Amino acid sequence: MPPVTHAGLSPSRATLDNGVVVLAKETQTTPAVAINLAVRAGSACDPADAPGTTWLLSRVIDRGTARRSADDIAEVLDSRGISVTITVTRHLFTVACLCLSEDFEPVMTLLGEMVMMPSLPAEEVETRKGQVITAIRQDDDNPLVRASESLIALLYPDGHPYGRPTKGSVEVVETLTRDRLLELHDQRFAPSELSAVVVGDVSPQHAHGVAANIFGGWRNAAPPPVTLPPVRHATRRQRLIVPMMNKAQADIAYGFTTITRRDPDYYAFWLMNNVFGQYSIGGRLGDSIRERQGMAYYVSSALDANVAEGPLVIRAGVSPSNVDRAVASIDEEITKLITEGLTPKELDESRRYLIGSIPRALETNTAIANFLQIAEFFGLGLDYDVRLPHLLGAVTLEQANAAARRALHPDRAALVIAGPYAEA
Amino acid sequence: MRTAQTATIRHGTLENGLKVLIQEEHTAPLASVWCWYKVGSKDERPGLTGVSHWVEHMNFKGTKNIPRDQVKGIIEQYGGSWNGYTWIDQTTYLETATRDALDRMLFIESERMANCLYDPEDCESERTVIISELQGGENDPDQLLEQEVTATAFKAHPYQHPTIGWLPDLKMMTRDDLYGYYRRYYVPNNATLVIVGDVEFDDAMRRVEHHFGGIQPGGDLERLRTVEPDQTGERRLTIRKEGTTAYLKIGFHAPAAADAAFVPVVLLDAVLTGAKGLNLWSSFRAAPPQRSARLYRALVERGLASAVSGSMVPTEQPFLYTVSATATQGTPLSSVERVLLEEFERVRRDGISDQELTKAKAQLKARLVFDNDSVTNIAHQLGYFETIASVDLFTGLPSRIAAVTREEIADAARAVLAPSNRTVGWFDPLPVA
Repeated sequence: MPPVTHAGLSPSRATLDNGVVVLAKETQTTPAVAINLAVRAGSACDPADAPGTTWLLSRVIDRGTARRSADDIAEVLDSRGISVTITVTRHLFTVACLCLSEDFEPVMTLLGEMVMMPSLPAEEVETRKGQVITAIRQDDDNPLVRASESLIALLYPDGHPYGRPTKGSVEVVETLTRDRLLELHDQRFAPSELSAVVVGDVSPQHAHGVAANIFGGWRNAAPPPVTLPPVRHATRRQRLIVPMMNKAQADIAYGFTTITRRDPDYYAFWLMNNVFGQYSIGGRLGDSIRERQGMAYYVSSALDANVAEGPLVIRAGVSPSNVDRAVASIDEEITKLITEGLTPKELDESRRYLIGSIPRALETNTAIANFLQIAEFFGLGLDYDVRLPHLLGAVTLEQANAAARRALHPDRAALVIAGPYAEA
Repeated sequence: MRTAQTATIRHGTLENGLKVLIQEEHTAPLASVWCWYKVGSKDERPGLTGVSHWVEHMNFKGTKNIPRDQVKGIIEQYGGSWNGYTWIDQTTYLETATRDALDRMLFIESERMANCLYDPEDCESERTVIISELQGGENDPDQLLEQEVTATAFKAHPYQHPTIGWLPDLKMMTRDDLYGYYRRYYVPNNATLVIVGDVEFDDAMRRVEHHFGGIQPGGDLERLRTVEPDQTGERRLTIRKEGTTAYLKIGFHAPAAADAAFVPVVLLDAVLTGAKGLNLWSSFRAAPPQRSARLYRALVERGLASAVSGSMVPTEQPFLYTVSATATQGTPLSSVERVLLEEFERVRRDGISDQELTKAKAQLKARLVFDNDSVTNIAHQLGYFETIASVDLFTGLPSRIAAVTREEIADAARAVLAPSNRTVGWFDPLPVA
């Protein structure tokens, strides 16, 4: 067989007069279409006094539009076997759906209405508030969530938008009203903020035509840009225990603030993190904590470079008696990494893996749509999938080692332990 | 345009009994290889619960020809991913990578079948990893409740114990228990190899023969004979433990995948909680279309529950149809249960409408397409159904679904949702200290 090469997605991109960006890519793997509408209105846009407002908006935005009731929407979705997935990240509010290609136009129309003209019925706001409060209470009882959220709050203190819990708190959610949600929607949802991605068994011409029909007439003034306070990198180690004595296992979250996604060193950080906490079963961390010491079912590290300097977070679930040993092992692996560096073999293996996994990562319509949306948000270019192997290929061992030294040090780590654990 | 159900699936069998299923999919330069073993937690005897799953873990730890230190990266260097899982009827392993890794994937699976090492130190180290996995699961009250409802619903059949096993068994099991189990069940005549992707059948079969042809078949395996006796009355349990949220779960004995009543119950579940599709590997990653489903309307839309779901998974022998609900803060479980039981009685009494039947079928049609959007997911379905029944059951699903009548669904509802057939479980949280 000929060598495997990635041919390139080559999506078509157009900008409507009002600023809406439309990206389309035709595939014929299955008779289905992935629609992904991303608005630059993530949780970073939450009012400072009301974290969680965007999240509640995401629970209600699909429950009624200027043209349809909640029941009408339920019928459109359920009769076609589809569900809308609405996600909120720090910077993006995404309404997405996978539908049969025969349903593309009516489903895209419905999703467009949700984004442009949600009616946010008062009774729906109340019902969804009840659901969100229950979800927050479930999170309160989940050591993994408690450890992760507490760590992020330590890394991004003083009300930084990255440090606030996306769902907010029970106290805040209880005070939110329909008017508050309408106000947020009116302030942040505008054509200039929307990128609409369509991937699947539909021609790009048709996708662009449908998108222009739906979004072409939308008018709303562009919101002011989101301003983020500077991220302060830690200068000392912080440690927090969240006692949850009713649990069987403790979750450890251990992390740092790192770099922005646009930082030229991003690819060096990506490769370094892959060696450190991802490759195969959790990279070096997995070798030590899971494979050699048998302490944890899961351990890994994740890099989330963002508009502002995002976090690198190590997570592990261990029995309470192994918490101290696991933390010591993480410290040890970090010290070894920053003093001795990666080996050329490790760097080469991770590089081959990340480059080789591109065709697999871009196999499904949903995955391609997500990829295009991220590339659009960070301005990575329409040929990003083709350039990516070269970007990874250009990283030197020195650059990857410098990334480790820049990001990691046990003396600057923030550490949270949530679970049946008490300080000795 | 093809869907997995209309694509050509070609069969082969080696002399040693290994079944091979191959589906050519030339849409991406990828191939997915899955090796399925007809062994799961139902094949475990008392004292050895969890052995199937632990064996699965040990089978990632080096073989005669893949030294322990070369396991890491063996498929990653082709950009590939690998994984495995164990459940009540089956254990399976997969690799998905670029098509030029086909030989490597087959080599790994042939080594896994015949040459795993079971180093005593690795067995010990994995014991604590698995206990950590079990404790991580116990941190989740909903998972704990599911385990207890299942254990209560079955009194004879080994579907009753969790796949991860009971903690005392995990503490006692020996390396010889693990190795003996591995040798008994990991034989070509107890396995199905599935290849889906950018491959060519004759070429792939030659490669399979090369890697697997020399593996000796095993002896006849004694199969489980236990049949769960009919349940004669409602069973109940309540877990009272510190927590923040109340959960309710009701399990009903339900037909096996090959039973004529299976698809009617799947459609009944679609009416009650929205269609999930039938792919254990991928179906549950997207929420079901359930806004107009009966139980969603009755519980979530009325603010009694924050979530409701149904689970009707294809199994080799009769397992459970389970409905789960999360009570909203301040709602007593008794209120949630009363509404659920009323809805069950209503559908038993009145059946479903034509409109509901049409909608449930449309939902399943779409979900079956979404279930099969990658070579990995297609390969899963072929191997899964072949292992629990037959791949023909999978390819026949669309016509089975199309043929189901309202009467069959009403019959299924009357039989499955009968009060004497249910086990009701509550997780009733105590205040967190």
